[in-house]
Amino acid sequence: MRRTSALLLCLAPALAGADAGWAPLPGGEFRSVLRYEDTGGVVKVAPFDLQRRPVTNAEYLAFVKRHPQWQRGRAPVVFAEPRYLERWTGPLQPGPLATPAQPVVQVSWFAAQAYCEAQEARLPTWSEWEFAAAADATRADARSDPAWRERILAWYSVPSGRPLPEVGRSPANLHGVQDLHGLVWEWVEDHSAMLVSGDNRDQGDPDQMRFFGAGALSMDDRENYAVLMRVAMLSALEGRDTTRNLGFRCARDPLPTKGKTP
Amino acid sequence: MMALRWRLVALLLLALPVPGLAATPLPGDSVYLLEDAFSDQSGKPFTLAERRGKPQVVAMFYTSCRYVCPLIVDSAKGVEHALSPAEREHLGILLVSLDPMRDDTAQLASVARKRKLDPSRWTLARTEAGTVRRVAALLGVRYRALADGEFNHSSALVLLDSEGRVVARTERLGPVPDPAFLAAVKAALATAGSP
Repeated sequence: MRRTSALLLCLAPALAGADAGWAPLPGGEFRSVLRYEDTGGVVKVAPFDLQRRPVTNAEYLAFVKRHPQWQRGRAPVVFAEPRYLERWTGPLQPGPLATPAQPVVQVSWFAAQAYCEAQEARLPTWSEWEFAAAADATRADARSDPAWRERILAWYSVPSGRPLPEVGRSPANLHGVQDLHGLVWEWVEDHSAMLVSGDNRDQGDPDQMRFFGAGALSMDDRENYAVLMRVAMLSALEGRDTTRNLGFRCARDPLPTKGKTP
Repeated sequence: MMALRWRLVALLLLALPVPGLAATPLPGDSVYLLEDAFSDQSGKPFTLAERRGKPQVVAMFYTSCRYVCPLIVDSAKGVEHALSPAEREHLGILLVSLDPMRDDTAQLASVARKRKLDPSRWTLARTEAGTVRRVAALLGVRYRALADGEFNHSSALVLLDSEGRVVARTERLGPVPDPAFLAAVKAALATAGSP
């Protein structure tokens, strides 16, 4: 494992252009839908890489083969509730309800984190996810465009009982990232922190914190229901929870540039 | 033939799980299944599974915290003082820092000294940032780093039984322990302490 990663590091400069699975995102100052008092709603997003597509069943199968402790039936309930990978035919057979190119769903936050760590990566933060998802095909921030909002909202009217589409069928956004909207919900690293308010006098009173925390959602963005729904859903989940339309993709800090290689 | 069968029986008996021995697998709902590395206020590395065998009161805090974290220490002390000396001996108290950037070993040691926390019972721990998130998720603690370097976080004492399962929690903090939580601590100690 270690030897492989050393080898990959040596190859990194050569691969940088050909690393098809990852898109480089520039980051920058970004107006988040989460308008905490302490940030004023503006977050600084450092440059990062994001997987172009959500993780598929085929990719997740390769992971559980190499890391048997994450196979269904072996992953402890403290890290993954009993519905973990429930629709797979068997621990190593995704089967007809989880085809290779469909996004993997019913994975817990702990499992998603373990997957990303195995790729020497991590889950994206909410800010990173939101930054990536603000773009359309031509603009880094298309969120004020009513047509863009309409398109995203349309997804929520699709009945959820339908089989999930395969990944990579939607057009790439400006950054070369696909499926941020319209396919599945996605875990973020700090999902449980999103409704924690910016006022530390609320500490110690969880009910009050949740109450004021809801105030962190900016009223200016009240038309951006799609993103608000995502925040509400993700922050309601526990790390061991899974759902039938919740998957993930990984992020990582940008690989060192060519000049830095010793 | 007979002798062989007896030898088999003896082998089987040896293979039976003995309660309290580290060789038995942890239950699937044990927080101790988290294999990540921690270090204590003396810099000594440890894993959570090493705390198996004694019930633990666990909380998350950070040393530069002005408002609630001193209260978390007071609350754990309150539980400690409400126990008999015999009970106290069988309880562990574990505080995990939310702020591994600033809470280095020296910082943790300084707080332990200032607050007179008996090192035979109290562990002030740090770990890497990814593990902090995982521990918080396992304990149901929500937190966010604020722009000014403070953290906002839910504050709870969590009771783990001797196998590392969450058996009680309280968000009623203060030097006088939450009676329901204290009763749970005493019950966990009674179960663990009667061999």
